[in-house]
Amino acid sequence: MDLPEDLKYTREHEWARREGNRITVGITDYAQKELGDVVYVDLPPLGRTVSQGESFGVVESVKTVSDLYAPVGGKVVAGNEELVQKPELVNSSPYGEGWMIVIELSQAEELDNLLDARAYRALVEGQGS
Amino acid sequence: MNLTTNDAGRLLPGQVQYSLLCNESGGIVDDITVYRLAADRFMLCVNAANIEKDLRWLKSHWQWEAKLQDLSSETVQLAIQGPSAEPLLQRLTPAQLGSISYYGFVVEQVAGVQSLISRTGYTGEDGFEIYYHRDHARQVWEKIMEAGKSFGLKPCGLGARDTLRLEMQYALYGHDLDDSTTPLEAGLGWVVKLDKGNFLGGEPLRRRKAEGIPRKLIAFELGERGVPRSHYPIFSGDRPVGHVTSGTFSPCLQKGIGMGYVDSGDLTGELSAEIRGKKIRIQRVTTTFWPSRVKKHPRSSTTP
Repeated sequence: MDLPEDLKYTREHEWARREGNRITVGITDYAQKELGDVVYVDLPPLGRTVSQGESFGVVESVKTVSDLYAPVGGKVVAGNEELVQKPELVNSSPYGEGWMIVIELSQAEELDNLLDARAYRALVEGQGS
Repeated sequence: MNLTTNDAGRLLPGQVQYSLLCNESGGIVDDITVYRLAADRFMLCVNAANIEKDLRWLKSHWQWEAKLQDLSSETVQLAIQGPSAEPLLQRLTPAQLGSISYYGFVVEQVAGVQSLISRTGYTGEDGFEIYYHRDHARQVWEKIMEAGKSFGLKPCGLGARDTLRLEMQYALYGHDLDDSTTPLEAGLGWVVKLDKGNFLGGEPLRRRKAEGIPRKLIAFELGERGVPRSHYPIFSGDRPVGHVTSGTFSPCLQKGIGMGYVDSGDLTGELSAEIRGKKIRIQRVTTTFWPSRVKKHPRSSTTP
């Protein structure tokens, strides 16, 4: 299981990468493996404001459909349009080309509510992966 | 009184038949395959999730001299499916696989283990299902995986099997069929032989047929992106007229496909499925989504 040390994680299996005020969001390697082949990703329109923990979209695989939850609150300033044509990037490159949205962070302290790589690993290993 | 809805009396030893167990109101207790092992011996292959329920039901209605024996916990079934199933399995068995017709079976060794080999499956591909004693579960599995290396054999779970069976519009018990569903509405009238004499569930089914069938199981594909899932409502305009019982994203067609029940009066109109709050138009499909490649040997015209 690939779990980059420099990312923060949610209990719902999203990751967050901070660059200044901008937080790039995707789903973890564990999540993509559990979902199996991703066939659709529905992302919010640019400019929408989300709060921490709010559903911002949906990821659908052959097996199932799951909500996506915002790791932090803020304004959605970018979405990965490539996922419309190539949803499989979520499987092949969950932390890279499979990124989903960028949120402009409104409250930096919300990052403290997220898990680090070690805590997230403990969480998913507890789930029997 | 007969046990199953199809006519097991027409089976010869070495033949298999798709059939149903029906309850007092004509609902489906289980969908099963019936193997005629000998003139006076039959094997029923039931859905694993229904073993307890079937046994309870069979025991409470048993009225025949024949002995009923539950071999479930000691029996393994493996399904080897796909265009290479025959050459692959042939490497492990002295049985003449080429002479087993669709819905036929033989008893022979597979990887040195006494097995029942039937040309059956739940994928729409040519292939075999083999049954053998659980003491050899691992040994046979490993030999098959080993022999399968040069054929590109892969283990496959229920998710993959679900896409295959849905592309063939094979009903799945617990989704498309249940105790309150009749075979008539499920499109399984062809395995209900109402004229063969009485059988469990026969009377109510005759009555229901005469009364008219209120709803029907249809297969459909989505006109736009989306994946239908079990329990999503189906609408004709703004009127709810049914619900989805199975759905998936078809890897072959690269689109959402599904099955569901629709009121008989609304079968011809324009239909939509509500997918997470959004109505998406569905098109009824009356042929299989993908061509079936089961091997209907010329001889199978005589099998039921």
